[in-house]
Amino acid sequence: MKPAPFDYHAPETIQGALELLDRHGSDARVIAGGQSLVPMLALRLARPEVLVDLNRIPELAGIRDCGGTIRIGAMTRQAHALASPLLRDRLPLLGYGLYNVGHPPTRARGTIGGSVSHADPAAETPAVMLAYDARMVLAGKSGTRTVDVADFMLGTFETCIEEGEILTEIVVDVPPAEGTAFVELSRRKGDFAMASAAARMRLNEDGACASARLVIGAVAPVPLRFDAVTDALTGQVVTEGLLREAVSLIDLERFEFDNPDISLAYRRHIGPVLARRALMQAFERAGERRS
Amino acid sequence: MKMHDLELSVNGQSVSLRVEPRQTLADALRGTLGLTGTHLGCEHGVCGACTIIVDGEPARGCLMLAVQAQGAEVITVEGVSPPTGLSPIQQAMREHHGLQCGFCTPGMVVVLHHLLSTNPDPTDDDIREAISGQLCRCTGYQGIMAAARAVVARRRHEIRDN
Ligand SMILES: Cc1cc2nc3c(=O)[nH]c(=O)nc-3n(C[C@@H](O)[C@H](O)[C@H](O)COP(=O)(O)OP(=O)(O)OC[C@H]3O[C@@H](n4cnc5c(N)ncnc54)[C@H](O)[C@@H]3O)c2cc1C
Ligand code: FES
Ligand code: FES
Repeated sequence: MKPAPFDYHAPETIQGALELLDRHGSDARVIAGGQSLVPMLALRLARPEVLVDLNRIPELAGIRDCGGTIRIGAMTRQAHALASPLLRDRLPLLGYGLYNVGHPPTRARGTIGGSVSHADPAAETPAVMLAYDARMVLAGKSGTRTVDVADFMLGTFETCIEEGEILTEIVVDVPPAEGTAFVELSRRKGDFAMASAAARMRLNEDGACASARLVIGAVAPVPLRFDAVTDALTGQVVTEGLLREAVSLIDLERFEFDNPDISLAYRRHIGPVLARRALMQAFERAGERRS
Repeated sequence: MKMHDLELSVNGQSVSLRVEPRQTLADALRGTLGLTGTHLGCEHGVCGACTIIVDGEPARGCLMLAVQAQGAEVITVEGVSPPTGLSPIQQAMREHHGLQCGFCTPGMVVVLHHLLSTNPDPTDDDIREAISGQLCRCTGYQGIMAAARAVVARRRHEIRDN
């Protein structure tokens, strides 16, 4: 099918985009990489009357190293982020996640901001951003506001971005040396995850776990943090057996998705398995980064 | 609905187009410019048959609006093929049973062309990654892998001989 007709604008500044959004209200929609929106237009799941293209706004793209924090412009392409030596060094979990997002041609166009704004429950970037406690910068007519990622994601395809607002950048604090890992199960590499796990772990001098983080994605409308698991690891020497015990603390009641393709029972089965693998890999990588 | 006038480069030639905003780049290439080598399978991003190169990167022709290509440099399968005969990739696809119906072939040729022009000595994993977004319903991919490997092997040979 072909998209229904719409008008198209390609502003060159954030201000220009905000004015267009203000003028057209709920008739307007922004387009970033188009890798999710254009299929929705083609299937007529979305029928905006006006498209505001963010691709010609240079200030929205790019990755900035601000010392203790890294600022990722919303229009930074997924392929560009994946190839960035700065991100690979400082925020490697983002690359591990992005490697699972679609394929080279979709990553060449698809953006980081579009991926988190689209808020697909099975998407990888929201889980990574939750694992990093990222902050989302939103610009609107009356100024900008910064929202914690946990308050940004509200549900399936639902964020706190209000009418007339755009996501301009994502801010992440650079963590001290740690190990990270992203593991998912999908039918084919690049397909959406049936379940995914993102893990971070820092070790202290004796090699015991100093702090950790675990996020499971694709099992509920938003990615979920499981602090009970990571609390149980903190201060302990990590072993395969300890990880097995710790992941048994995952509250499986919080898993919600149940459909004919991937049942809730199956998700509850693989969630802890993926979590254990991600934590084990994060632990091993933490060891490598320390030595 | 306002029409838009565009200037872009397609296979090295400047072209002007007048498009409706909802028209995809793949439709403009096929319908208006007659470059029907770019195939449309699913028209929503899944199959990869429409893959072209835009400003040096592979992209889904069905997920880009033509109006977004203002000023862009676009290369289609016609642009990576010689005027007569077959390119080394096309020749290898033929020799190694890399196609049957040929529907996915333009997309495959384009992503392999991009891979080989950005990575002179790709590994099997690199090749798999490059074609991972391309669906083929006929050959089962082994023939396509064999074709890509053959082109890489020939190149290694040439590098060694020179
Ligand atoms: C074959 C295929 C496989 C894929 N596989 C995966 C996968 O495995 N995992 C995955 O996570 N994704 C996957 N995707 C989707 C991914 O490629 C998209 O890039 C991503 O979901 C959306 O990013 P985008 O930049 O393309 O945004 P668009 O499609 O342009 O926009 C998506 C939505 O976000 C809104 N939006 C975009 N940017 C902003 C902004 N700055 N401020 C406010 N709102 C904004 C748009 O209005 C729209 O509603 C796949 C896509 C395809 C075609
Ligand atoms: S036609 Fe574009 S991906 Fe299928
Ligand atoms: S050769 Fe028929 S789809 Fe690939």
